[in-house]
Amino acid sequence: MPRPLETPAPRAADSEAARPYLSGRSYGRLRRTVVLATAAVSILPLVIISFLYHDQYERSLRAETIDGLARQVTNSKRTLEFFLTERRSALSFIVRDHSFAELCDLEALPRIMRSMNEAFAPGSFADLGLVDAGGRQLCYSGPYDLKGRDYHDQDWFYRVTRRGVFISDVFLGYRNNPHFAIATRHERDRSGYYILRATINADVLAEQLLTGGLAPHDDVFVVNRDGVLQAPSRRYGAVLRTVPLKIPYATAEVQVLELEDERHQPIVLGIAQIADSPFILVSIRPQVRLKSGGLSLPRLLAFLLLSIAVILGVILWGSRQFVSNLRAENLRRAELMHKVEYSNKLATVGRLAAGVAHEINNPLTIINEKAGLLKDLVNLEAEFPRRDKVLGIVDSVLGSVARCRKVTHRLLGFAKHMDVQSETIAVEELLREVVGFLGKEAEYRNVTITVEAEPGVPNVESDRGQLQQVFLNILNNAEAAVKDGGRIDIRVHAADERRVAVSITDDGVGISADNLERIFEPFFTTQEGAGTGLGLSITYGIVQKLGGDITVESEIGKGTCFTVLLPIRRKG
Amino acid sequence: MAALRVLFVDDEEELVSTVVERLGLRGIEATGATSGQEALTRVEEQAFDVVVLDVRMPGLGGLDVIKRLKQSHPDLEVILLSGHGAKEDVEVGLRLGAFDYLQKPVDLEDLIEILKRAAARE
Repeated sequence: MPRPLETPAPRAADSEAARPYLSGRSYGRLRRTVVLATAAVSILPLVIISFLYHDQYERSLRAETIDGLARQVTNSKRTLEFFLTERRSALSFIVRDHSFAELCDLEALPRIMRSMNEAFAPGSFADLGLVDAGGRQLCYSGPYDLKGRDYHDQDWFYRVTRRGVFISDVFLGYRNNPHFAIATRHERDRSGYYILRATINADVLAEQLLTGGLAPHDDVFVVNRDGVLQAPSRRYGAVLRTVPLKIPYATAEVQVLELEDERHQPIVLGIAQIADSPFILVSIRPQVRLKSGGLSLPRLLAFLLLSIAVILGVILWGSRQFVSNLRAENLRRAELMHKVEYSNKLATVGRLAAGVAHEINNPLTIINEKAGLLKDLVNLEAEFPRRDKVLGIVDSVLGSVARCRKVTHRLLGFAKHMDVQSETIAVEELLREVVGFLGKEAEYRNVTITVEAEPGVPNVESDRGQLQQVFLNILNNAEAAVKDGGRIDIRVHAADERRVAVSITDDGVGISADNLERIFEPFFTTQEGAGTGLGLSITYGIVQKLGGDITVESEIGKGTCFTVLLPIRRKG
Repeated sequence: MAALRVLFVDDEEELVSTVVERLGLRGIEATGATSGQEALTRVEEQAFDVVVLDVRMPGLGGLDVIKRLKQSHPDLEVILLSGHGAKEDVEVGLRLGAFDYLQKPVDLEDLIEILKRAAARE
């Protein structure tokens, strides 16, 4: 049979009101609820806001990238178109402002070219030539020896004769240097036409592209309709190489597209046709830039994980503090409640006992005296019939009265000591009183209870009522732990100069090591539902309050020994 | 030697009559009274060597009686009878001049022993 760890007396206090304080599991549930609720209201919004922010950030970044690229392409397009228009207009002006004869003058053409390079920028024009309707270069000013060259079979010549003004692709030509030509046709009176042709080195075109600066990962270049580079590219190399990327169809309007490049990497591509030219302006920005800057997804996740870890740490710590404080407070309240209830119960029992004892005492006294008188009368008669028999009966009555007197004395003593706070107590005598209360139950179960005191054990200064409660609790537990015919030995001895020790040893079922560690905890009981688990907790509290100490040793199957150490003198 | 004259006072009539008879059987001249007032009257009517007085009685209690007896008969010895738990009353009674006290229920031999000591003192 498991050993109950509390006295029967406080069982009535095992009320529903005490139940919520009993279960450690409910505090576990409360803590889990607190943690989950707090985590939900703090972490969920953080996660949602972080992802919304990240999404918004990506959208903004994308928009900024696309808009930025569109702006860049627009600006570059405007610059290139202005550059070409300027030069084309200059040629048109010269060809209209000078007669054929003037342009054919060997000194005039170099002078005009000098003036043009001075007006624009040194090196703006590589050379200048006058070509007749047959395609032969009549006059030439420039670093190469190109006078007399025949261009009639060249594409630019064909196109300028048909269109009047023409800007060529970049090509190597006779000089074997990348350049492009701007040519304008001028009609002569009744004698056909002639063409003024200027060439511009391809690197001048590249300079125009880079006037606005270029971000490190960006690329801007010019291709013709066949995808051949007209200006050098960071990604695709030098002029006249073919770009491996499939260039989308370009219009005069700037377009920005999200594509994959030839290596299937995501890119943003801006494209626009340069007006009145074969040039297509292309600008490329890698998509990866969108993800690497600012709040990238890995950074966001790292931030979130760190934040969640910190929040969870704080929540776990806070909830632990909260629940343990709440538990301690509830335990304290419940303990106090039970103590008050228990004390009230004992006081009530004490008053009741005193009333009963007092009422019984008076008739007992009369019985005692009547029996005494009867005995006197029998003794006074010399020849009393069946004298011995009568005297035996009288003695039996007197003996029973004496027993009743012991009981009433004990009851009155118990009641009397309920309110006493501090007095000098003979511990052995007090123990015998307490054992007297248990006597009958022990007798029925044939349990032997012995009280033995070391000679010369000093009295202690203590609270009699509280000490009675302490020993009652321990003895009740001991009595419940022993089997019928078991044994409880109480020994009083001097522990040291300042303390008296009371050892209560039983040969009962014993207590396991695990239970032994928790035996004085409030609400700890090995009998679920049978008691409050407060008996030994209250006992422990009282002993501490009295300035003493209580220890317990036990072995399963062999028994348990409680030792109460009581100070001989109370402090304060 | 003249017989010891004792007045036994208690509110329990049965007790008083029995004790008086038992004392009488032992050659003690015992008289009973069942109230404080009756005790005072008896003392005025006849002479006693010792008064055995219950501390707690309805009406005139034992402490009032001893107070008055000690005023009117300072040499009269009084033995108090107390129930359990009347320690304070006994202490007051002893201060008021009681010779000794006995706790109820009384053992007759103890009572006679104290009566003899009280009479010897007188």
